[in-house]
Amino acid sequence: MIKVTFIEYDGTRTTVEGRNGDSVMSLAAAQGIDGIVAECGGGMMCATCHCYVDDKWFARTGPRSDDEADMLDCAVAEVRQTSRLSCQITLSDALDGLVVHLPETQV
Amino acid sequence: MNDGHVVIVGAGQGGVQAALSLRQEGHGGAITLIGDEEGLPYQRPPLSKDYLKTGQAERLALRPADYFDRKAINLWTGRRVDGIDRAARRVHVGQDTLTYDRLILATGTRNLIPPIPGIGRAFGLRTLAEAKGLRDALNGTRRIAVIGGGFIGLEVAAVARAGRHEVHVAEAAPRLMSRVLSPQMSERFRAKHEALGTRFHLGNGVTELRDGCIVLASGETIDADLVLLAAGVRPNTELAEAAGLAVDNGVVVDPLLRTSDPEIYALGDCCAFPDPESGNHVRLESVQAATDQARAIARTIVHGAQEPYAKVPWFWSDQADWKLQIAGLADPDATSVTVGEDTVFRFSGNRLCAVETINNAKVHMQARKLLARRPAPAYDDLARCGFDLGRETEKDRV
Ligand SMILES: Cc1cc2nc3c(=O)[nH]c(=O)nc-3n(C[C@H](O)[C@H](O)[C@H](O)COP(=O)(O)OP(=O)(O)OC[C@H]3O[C@@H](n4cnc5c(N)ncnc54)[C@H](O)[C@@H]3O)c2cc1C
Ligand code: FES
Repeated sequence: MIKVTFIEYDGTRTTVEGRNGDSVMSLAAAQGIDGIVAECGGGMMCATCHCYVDDKWFARTGPRSDDEADMLDCAVAEVRQTSRLSCQITLSDALDGLVVHLPETQV
Repeated sequence: MNDGHVVIVGAGQGGVQAALSLRQEGHGGAITLIGDEEGLPYQRPPLSKDYLKTGQAERLALRPADYFDRKAINLWTGRRVDGIDRAARRVHVGQDTLTYDRLILATGTRNLIPPIPGIGRAFGLRTLAEAKGLRDALNGTRRIAVIGGGFIGLEVAAVARAGRHEVHVAEAAPRLMSRVLSPQMSERFRAKHEALGTRFHLGNGVTELRDGCIVLASGETIDADLVLLAAGVRPNTELAEAAGLAVDNGVVVDPLLRTSDPEIYALGDCCAFPDPESGNHVRLESVQAATDQARAIARTIVHGAQEPYAKVPWFWSDQADWKLQIAGLADPDATSVTVGEDTVFRFSGNRLCAVETINNAKVHMQARKLLARRPAPAYDDLARCGFDLGRETEKDRV
């Protein structure tokens, strides 16, 4: 199992376990994390699964793809260098312990 | 109002969002969410896409089981609301009666079943139960016939072709997805699906289903082991109608999404709301409309009257490796301008009303931003900048 910690805008921390191959978004949805809306269910169509990868982890998740960047352009919250769409981050053993921060709002 | 009992009829995409948004907006009173389907509320879009390929039903749930408890949302599944007593502000659910302060109708739609002999043999695709049935039946069949060349029929056709089924699609209209899409895009998708091996019978409705084949209006018969009916839907408005609420192709609501009874709201697939551009009542079938309307209603209930509902509609459909995205809303007589291979701009009079793209998230998102401006950009302005929405959206920054 791969541990992921979500830190919501109000500081709420939730650590949950996912499987290899899950996306960070699907893990958040399965656990009912409020800060991820994921309206399109992972289709890279909505930009409501925006997260900020913790600085310490950003090198491991890597940067966004071009299409992802186009979608993020329309995310409601501020886009930072560490912004990703959580549906585009796939869990692997290398990401065990991953920490992501969630924006104030997704819609 | 932030106490009081809110009852939500229908636990689909919009009903669930309404319950969550009420809590997020600070509603402290009771919330009861009632749905007639069994099991946890789920997303429908994957039913004709990923789910059909993978069969992973556990990925469809909108929220986990314990979530509703955590948010103090009373979730009643497998229960049907049979009647509304507006004078007493009560709903009837089998033997049970619930009193409400506000009621939200989120009853969605059901498959439209045309009166064709033998139609009972066809599969439908609206619910997870139907999707399971279709998936099981697809295994081990070779020849598929789809009635209806709309989004769902075409998504299934693409999945079935990828699974090496023989696929025929019969559509009474002369072109694909004609209700919402430009003729140019219909044509692009026809060519795409034909290249994948799907065979179309356009302007050729189905007149009969027989054992092992369908019969077309032209008299032709097409062999098929499995028939999918995907010829549109009907809004579930009977409950509203019986309660004396105004209904006209959907439960009619005002700009605050209130029905003709101000204590009762309606949202999503079942509601007809005033389009802020034209003022005409429209009914949309999209996740966007269901969820944005749910959020708007929650704000109105908790904080009192808000701005009139005016969110830009958007929609997507996955067909093979093409992602179709539509921003805005075009009526059938909107004019179209094709830009490049993958984009069609649609105009109502001189104003941009919708943008259709294939695999082009950037233009889609730019269009959503632009259409949120009122008035929408004029044709001449867009033509002057070569239909480059990037240059138009730049204006936002000054
Ligand atoms: C196969 C498929 C693919 C789709 N793909 C896309 C897509 O790619 N993109 C997109 O934007 N949209 C898509 N849609 C449309 C989208 O799923 C709907 O627009 C959305 O689900 C509407 O939400 P809703 O809450 O209005 O209705 P629904 O989600 O349909 O929920 C209504 C619920 O109310 C229940 N109900 C009705 N009457 C009663 C009653 N009296 N008592 C209790 N419960 C009742 C119904 O059984 C149902 O469960 C798709 C739909 C289908 C079927
Ligand atoms: S869930 Fe919609 S873009 Fe990630």
